[in-house]
Amino acid sequence: MPEPTTVHPAGMGYVPHAAGFVANDGPKLVTSRFPYEDSYTLERALATGAYTGLRSALGLAPGEVHAEVREATLLGRGGAGFPAGVKWGFCPEGVWPRYLVVNGDESEPGTYKDRLLMERDPHQLIEGCLIACYALGLSQCFLYVRGEMALAQERLAAALNDAYAAGYVGRNICDTDFSVDITLHWGAGAYIVGEETALIESLEGNRGMPRLKPPYFPAAIGLYGKPTIVNNVETLANLPWILEHGAAAYKGYGSEASPGTRLFAISGHVVRPGIYEVEQGVTTFRDVIYGDNFCQGIRGGNDLKAFIPGGASAPWFFEEQLDLPLEARDVSAAGSMLGSGAIVVMDHTTDVVKACLRVVQFFARESCGKCTPCREGTSWEQQILERIVDGYGRPSDLDLLLDVGDNISPGPYPVAAHGDDGLDAVPFPPLQTTICPLGPSSVAPITSALRRFRSEFEAKITRRDGITVRSAPVAEEAPA
Amino acid sequence: MSDGERSVAITVDGRTVMAQRGELLIDACERTGTFIPRFCHHPRMQPVGMCRVCLVEVDTGRGPALQPSCMLECIDGMQVDTESERTRKAQDGVLEFLLINHPLDCPVCDKGGECPLQDQTMAFGPGESRFVEEKRHFEKPIPVNENVFLDRERCILCDRCTRFASEVAGDPLIHFQGRGSATEVNTFPDEPFSSYFSGNTVQICPVGALTAAPYRFKARPWDLEEVESTSVVDSVGSRIVVQSSRDRVLRFQGADADAVNWGWLSDKERFIFEAYDHEDRLGTPLMRGDDGELAPVGWGDALAAAAAALSDVDPDRVAVLGGARLTNESQYAWSKLAKGVLGTDHVDAQLGDGLPAEFILGLPRATIDEACAPNGVIVLLGPDPKEELGALYLRLRHAVVHDGATLIELSPRATGLSPFAAHSLRVRPGEAADVVRAMFGEGGTAPIGSVTIEEARAAGALISEAALGQNRTVTVLLGRQSLAEAPGTVVDAALALHDRIADVRFLSLLRRGNVHGALDLGLVPGLLPGRVGLDEGRSRFAEAWPTTPATRGRDALATLQAAADGQVDVLVLLGADILADVPDHDLARRGLEGAGTVIALDLFLTPTVAAADVVLPATAPTETDGTVTNLEGRVSIVARKVTPPGTARPDWMIAVELARRLGVDLGISSPEDALAELGTVSPIHAHLDPGSLAAATREGILVHGGLALVRPAPLDVPSHDKNSYRLVVTRSMYDRGVLTAHSRSLAGLAPVTRLTFEPTDFASLGVVEGGSIEVRGPKGNVSVVVGPDPRVVKGTAHVLFNQQGVSAGDLIDATATVVDLTVVPV
Repeated sequence: MPEPTTVHPAGMGYVPHAAGFVANDGPKLVTSRFPYEDSYTLERALATGAYTGLRSALGLAPGEVHAEVREATLLGRGGAGFPAGVKWGFCPEGVWPRYLVVNGDESEPGTYKDRLLMERDPHQLIEGCLIACYALGLSQCFLYVRGEMALAQERLAAALNDAYAAGYVGRNICDTDFSVDITLHWGAGAYIVGEETALIESLEGNRGMPRLKPPYFPAAIGLYGKPTIVNNVETLANLPWILEHGAAAYKGYGSEASPGTRLFAISGHVVRPGIYEVEQGVTTFRDVIYGDNFCQGIRGGNDLKAFIPGGASAPWFFEEQLDLPLEARDVSAAGSMLGSGAIVVMDHTTDVVKACLRVVQFFARESCGKCTPCREGTSWEQQILERIVDGYGRPSDLDLLLDVGDNISPGPYPVAAHGDDGLDAVPFPPLQTTICPLGPSSVAPITSALRRFRSEFEAKITRRDGITVRSAPVAEEAPA
Repeated sequence: MSDGERSVAITVDGRTVMAQRGELLIDACERTGTFIPRFCHHPRMQPVGMCRVCLVEVDTGRGPALQPSCMLECIDGMQVDTESERTRKAQDGVLEFLLINHPLDCPVCDKGGECPLQDQTMAFGPGESRFVEEKRHFEKPIPVNENVFLDRERCILCDRCTRFASEVAGDPLIHFQGRGSATEVNTFPDEPFSSYFSGNTVQICPVGALTAAPYRFKARPWDLEEVESTSVVDSVGSRIVVQSSRDRVLRFQGADADAVNWGWLSDKERFIFEAYDHEDRLGTPLMRGDDGELAPVGWGDALAAAAAALSDVDPDRVAVLGGARLTNESQYAWSKLAKGVLGTDHVDAQLGDGLPAEFILGLPRATIDEACAPNGVIVLLGPDPKEELGALYLRLRHAVVHDGATLIELSPRATGLSPFAAHSLRVRPGEAADVVRAMFGEGGTAPIGSVTIEEARAAGALISEAALGQNRTVTVLLGRQSLAEAPGTVVDAALALHDRIADVRFLSLLRRGNVHGALDLGLVPGLLPGRVGLDEGRSRFAEAWPTTPATRGRDALATLQAAADGQVDVLVLLGADILADVPDHDLARRGLEGAGTVIALDLFLTPTVAAADVVLPATAPTETDGTVTNLEGRVSIVARKVTPPGTARPDWMIAVELARRLGVDLGISSPEDALAELGTVSPIHAHLDPGSLAAATREGILVHGGLALVRPAPLDVPSHDKNSYRLVVTRSMYDRGVLTAHSRSLAGLAPVTRLTFEPTDFASLGVVEGGSIEVRGPKGNVSVVVGPDPRVVKGTAHVLFNQQGVSAGDLIDATATVVDLTVVPV
């Protein structure tokens, strides 16, 4: 197995990704192989039980495999949390061919679980793809990997070659009638391609721009106009365990509504940031941020100011929401989303206006430009916030920001309850004048921060506090 | 399906209206009187829902929600509120977003005054901007091709032009680039938007981002006057809007005729008005003086000289060529003068580059809509529609790409439709009829040229299946595949198709403006107005016309041969540039030299006209009232918008004046008179009158009926000598034709042609690309520049007609069935 550095010499500007994984105590359904140095090789994978789930699946009828997955209530791990077994059932009768597309275009700021799943255990993902294909009777799978993930691409390619050579992929898998081809496809660096219809457009060779809904699911009309199941990397990575140990065992972990474990990427001002495999539903935000088994609290014993519970698109949470369980349903009701499982923690030193700007900048930059409110609105929001940060804000700008946001996402925007003010939570998701949720995502930091910390915005507008004329991108400034 | 099943009831702002099932909400609302603002939506293109300004609150039973009305199909019980607070705020918000980066240069913008962004902002938008930052900047207009300029600052990224390019024209050469607020429309580097249809993007641009060179900074919309008319550039008969200011035509826009051009125009149709407005237009009659030079004279002298030449002349020694660009009314007047007064039948509006009139008129004919019917089968046995009949190409492409039609192509060279063809049979000149027979399992099993028997049979099987029981229409597009091939070879192939396909119909691809009007009005040998033969029709004209020709006359090629032999005393040319347009240049030259007195009616002093003895300046289509007939037989109105240059007169008026000087009153003092008289002598035209035509302005009125099928004797095609190359001569959209050459925007677009060969054939010649070889043909040895072309089929050589580089007319022998060229060894 060639080392990555031989393919990407240091001089080329490539660096191997950081390890990022923290082996906390707890059930290990998808990260069991991660601690091994050579976890990504076929030898290690086979020595630690890889493709056992596939063999179990091949012993069942496809319909039985599908039923097992439905029984396990495997929720999609891409963000929307839709049950995979139900989604699989959406393909219209009698329309062939159909495709499985694996969404490995993980780009949500703060999220890097899929990258580790691809870098540390590519065979688990390949096995998951094969099980899904078997259950659905598919013979062609496309694995779309984000363009920037060089190491993941390399290891997946090597693993796929090994798996083909070993007879796990290709014709007559494990000496059965079951045949599947898996095609790798590298993205070209666009956040929006994480949206499943944009990913399909990109896969077809078009600009990565979301398709109009309806149809709401590509299962009806997807890749090349054919029924297409799009699943997230982590979703599929759960399948080998489920098929090996059964749905009942799977439901022994986590809560009833959200069985199993999830990978959470926790970053920001915590003592021990990283990827944790966490039992869903029975663990709270307080557990993962402050628990000894997890992040071990805020750096320097600082106070928590805010945290983003589910990636940059999610409205912010605060102290009051710390005891919510990591349960999609509860988080939505509280005004945000668990999304892709990226928790970003901000301590009391954070300049929320700059933090807000930084997130908005991301969305303005990643807007695909297809629909007007997102294309024009996100960059307008950014320009207003830049002005405020620079000390050139006007008092009317705060209402303007909210109104621009309202023109992208009309109506009350999802927001967490504020105990002091007695304000109620507005549940997720937001409404949209846009085609896809990217534009409305840019409104999340603005409404979250403005509602809670309006005085900090006003302080900048009246030049009472924190004015810096930016000469470098905000994110690169050292914390105060 | 009954009406009840097809229509659904929806509620719009509290009012219940009926909509078609599947109709888009935005269209249903507009049809019933509620206008919803829109930018990206275009009725002739797929909806994309991108601009978001058409958001309205819709309740389909799950509570009101904002929905893009351009994407939403009407369903029963839908409640729509286009005036709710949320609707207004969403539309307001989108308009504000569109305007924040849109420059406020309306006072110098060509679109100002006819700008959907301006209009809809006034109607639906916010009163003032809350945007205080610097607007987005791009380099002010950049050319995307020779005629179209793109101002990216004004662009609102509605995807109309880019969608048109990829979806309608099939030339995806402009694209979105960049992303977010840096998104722009642009071409690929070093790859201009070279499309025959680029002008349409200017017309559909909802802002002033795309402008066309001929109109830039020429006028403000409120200074324009307009009239609807018909394009006479080719025989599609696209409906146009002629716009003028201060008695000068400044712009042609496409009008959406559902049965014809769907609002699209080729750039040639769109920009040709520059030629009509050209300073070189003839404005005064000319006459050859004693010094042998043409000199300006008054109309009286010129008409007197022409009449003198025509009076007392033997009808057998008079010939009239051309007239395909005249209006129906002028054609009738000239038909009456030539056949009814002078008594000659040596009349031909086709210049040796068409098909026999009786044959075309005797076939069962299809309309464009019938040819383009969803799931139909289209057989192309003719020229490349993309090069010759642009607007028709767009309809055909739509049928094949979007409506499930199947295309089978028999052509000697790849066409613009080849990429969409189910079967492209590369037929060498002279072999089309053999290929048709092979398609239906007749003949041997040997390949015919490069067409294998399997390929031919597969194509034939598709047609047979379609004709048998699948209820699919089969339409043959019929025209000359190559000008170096006798028309009889195409006729034989067409007859073979006719005899083997049940209920097959034909759409004529004869290309010249009103050539189908000329066929209908007897400007061809053997026919009288109303699609009737000389003998059958004689009685109808006994009262209206002083005389009728005794015997069938000569066609254009025979006339020129007769003229060369000294048998034509007077040759009248009705806008016929025979030196350029007759495929056999040598014959045209000899004919023109051998003719006695030559009387030419024309717009320009072409080399042909310069050889005439009397030159009478005629009016252009923008200066003439009347009607024209398109390739379907559809009659629509041509409208006068401006005054002609100098004292130029309509062709019908010249005919009337000449007749008067010959002592005959034609009984015509206006185009309406001509139409009215036509109705009395021609039953097929009886339903046409100014009232019915005006009522049917846009779609026109079809003329039906006429001749029985005629079966010319089959041609004997000489077998192909393996050491020779069979010549294929086709036309391209832009050539050295007099109108194109006088349109500033189009003149530079004509290609330079070479004699091209299939690449392996070319390699065997042993010359470099762009080198010269000498070829021997029926007209002797000619030195030509050569090159390879993958679109050419083995064993043939191809050249474009009437272009710089190689003169195709010098290689063609009009008397030959096919032209074979051999390479002369160095």
